[in-house]
Formats: sequence, C-alpha cells, structure tokens
Amino acid sequence: MLEATKLGCIRGARRLFRDLSFSLAPGTCMQVTGPNGCGKTSLLRIICGLLAPEEGTVTWQGASIYSMGEEYAQRLTYIGHRSGVKEDLTSVENLRVANGLAGFELTTSDARQALAHFGLSGREDLPSRFLSEGQRRRSALARLLTNESSLWVLDEVLASLDTAAIKIIEGLIEGHLTKGGMAIVATHQELRISAGSFQRLELAS
Amino acid sequence: MISMFRWIVVRDLTLAWRRRADVLSTLFFFVIVVSLFPLGIGPEMRLLQSIAPGVVWVAALLASMLSLNRVFANDYQDGTLEQLLLTPQPLYLVVMGKVLAQWLVSEVPLVLIAPLVGMQFGLDPKTLIVLFVSLLLGTPILSFIGSIGAGLTLGLRGGGVLVALLVLPLYIPVLIFGAGAVDSSILGIDPMANLYLLAALLVLSVVFAPWATAAALRISLE
Repeated sequence: MLEATKLGCIRGARRLFRDLSFSLAPGTCMQVTGPNGCGKTSLLRIICGLLAPEEGTVTWQGASIYSMGEEYAQRLTYIGHRSGVKEDLTSVENLRVANGLAGFELTTSDARQALAHFGLSGREDLPSRFLSEGQRRRSALARLLTNESSLWVLDEVLASLDTAAIKIIEGLIEGHLTKGGMAIVATHQELRISAGSFQRLELAS
Repeated sequence: MISMFRWIVVRDLTLAWRRRADVLSTLFFFVIVVSLFPLGIGPEMRLLQSIAPGVVWVAALLASMLSLNRVFANDYQDGTLEQLLLTPQPLYLVVMGKVLAQWLVSEVPLVLIAPLVGMQFGLDPKTLIVLFVSLLLGTPILSFIGSIGAGLTLGLRGGGVLVALLVLPLYIPVLIFGAGAVDSSILGIDPMANLYLLAALLVLSVVFAPWATAAALRISLE
C-alpha cells in the first residue's frame, strides 16, 4: 500500500501542485495525466524518493519512504524518460547490469529471452547506440520482465513506442497487477488495462 | 552487497574499455606535460632533480582533473545515475565502486608510467621507487576528493572549470606530502614520514569522501 498525503511541490519559482493526496492498493494501476509542465515527472520523482516534496509525506505500508531508504528501493522499479540505457553497452549487458545493480543476478540466456519478448531478438549484441529510440526504450523496459519489485513507476515510457510495444507493456502491467503489484504510469496516451483496478490522477496546470 | 559493488566496477571498466581513447588521452597528457620540462630546461641535472617532485606531482593533479568530469556526467546524461541512486544498496557503496573504477582506469596507468618519465629528470632508482609509492598512495586520494567536486557540479554549465576551482585547493595537502616524500628521498632523508601522512590522508578520504559525494549527488539530482 502506497500512500501520499498532502504533497506539495515547488520547482524554481513555480508551485506545481499542493494538497495532493492519493493511495494505491495492491493490484491497482494509476495513470497520471495532465498538460506539459504540470508536474507529472516531479510527482513521480517524489514517489521514488529522488525529489523531496516541499510539504507532505509518502508512506509505504505505513512507514515513511525516507526512513526506509534502501528497503523501499528494493520494492521499486523506476523507468524515467531518460531511459537509463548505456549507449556503449549491448542490450544484454544493459539488462544484466540493471538487474545486477537491483540485486537480481540474471543469466545471459534469461536476458536474451526477456529482450526477445520485446521484439529485440537479433539485436541483443548490438551496442545500444545503434538502436532506434523506440528500440532503446524497449530494451530499457525489458527490466520490467526480469525483476520482482512490487511498485512500478513509469514516466512517459510509451513515448516513441509503436502499438505492438504498447500492447506488450499493457500486457505486462496486467500480469503485474494480477500478482498484486502496483503501477504508476504517467502518459498522455490511452492505457487499456483490463486486470486489477484502475484509477486516474489528473494534474491541472 | 559485494555482488552489486562488483557490477558497478565491472560496468565502468567495460565502458572505459569501449572508450579507450578517453583513457589514453589522460595518460598522454601526463607524459607530455612531464616531458616538456626537461626539454625546455635542458640537461642541467641539479636543477632538473630539484624540480622533478613538484613537476611530476603537479602534472598528476592536472591529469586527474581531466578525467574527473567523466566520473558522473555520462551517467547523469543517460539517466543511469538516477537508477544508481535507486538501487537497494547504500549510495556510499555505489560511489565507492565508481571511484575505484575511475582510479583503476585513469590513475593506475599514470602511476605505472611515472618511474619511466621520472628518469628524464635524472632521479636515482631509490627515488623512482619513492615516486611510484607516493603516487600509488596519493592518486586514490585525488580520485576520492575529486568525486566530491564532480558530484557537486553535475549538470552545471561550465562545470569543468568549476570542478578545478573547487577541487585543486583541496589537493594541496596531497601535493605537499607527495612531492615532499620524493624531495626528501633526493636529499637523502628518510621519506617514510611523508608517506605515512599520505597513507593517513588516504584512509581519511576513503572513509569520508564517498559519504560527501553521495550527499552531493542527491542534491544535484533533485
């Protein structure tokens, strides 16, 4: 259970939002929408603990995420709009490193399998700088398939993905929700999630 | 914990290997700067010997500035630094791993080649060994202190110059004891006192610098 209470955020001289509260139960997906610059990314970074909110708190199972520290990081997978893919590493290496750092050892064949699921078979051993923007994003998203964290925070990940890839992501989120996971997705696109429960948070500018 | 530390070091070493040119440029910079002095001054043994410790050490400081900008900047740009901050391990260890990799890649080659370039100054074998040991103890301190500056100036425009202004003054004790050790060996005095002080600085920087760098990174990424 993730709970945000009376969050407020100021970036630069602008107040992005105040008194923002919501809670997320297991098996729920929350889509965050709103015009550009309304604070979607800031909100997601606050939820991850990368950004300290001006006011308010975020708690996980009743404990503040700031006091949980690394224990919270273990429950969380964050994929931001800078996808976290190293250009000089191949997709397999990127995936294995990302998993290794998150504490899961991944074999090369498992990594290949996950990448194949995202339609990257045949390109696993290419340095990521030779991949297109969409393929790079697919290779970043393959992490969702290989880790066991319960909260997914995805920031604008559907941008530059084609409909087939978006279908794969929707399928993954559905599977994640049925296992009792939670997902927070910031996107302008329509999300079709048929499993679990779905809620929408709209930020005004 | 150990496995994740290993992942960071291996990752950074792999990346450095794929960008060998960057690493070699630091090394060549060091070799060329040090070699310019004997060429400019000419074969005056006494003068060369007396300036050798300062010249080699200052060149090492400047060379380490060159590689500092790369420690976190690339990871910051492609978003992997955010991911490193969100790993379920203390950020202290992440920084440790990155600094260790930076030292292995950028400083160790320089330490290894220093006795060779030191020969241009007519240093005797015993002094060359002292030079080698002083750099071996001193360069990790440069990496650790430098990582604080690199963390603080992350994402700033003109960060390169700012890092130099922030970090070079902090390098002064290392320069004094490092060059001092070589100096006393040339004069025939026991260099151990200076080396012990360098070792003490190394211990201090290993304990405190990653902690300061971790705090700097959290601020820079907000």
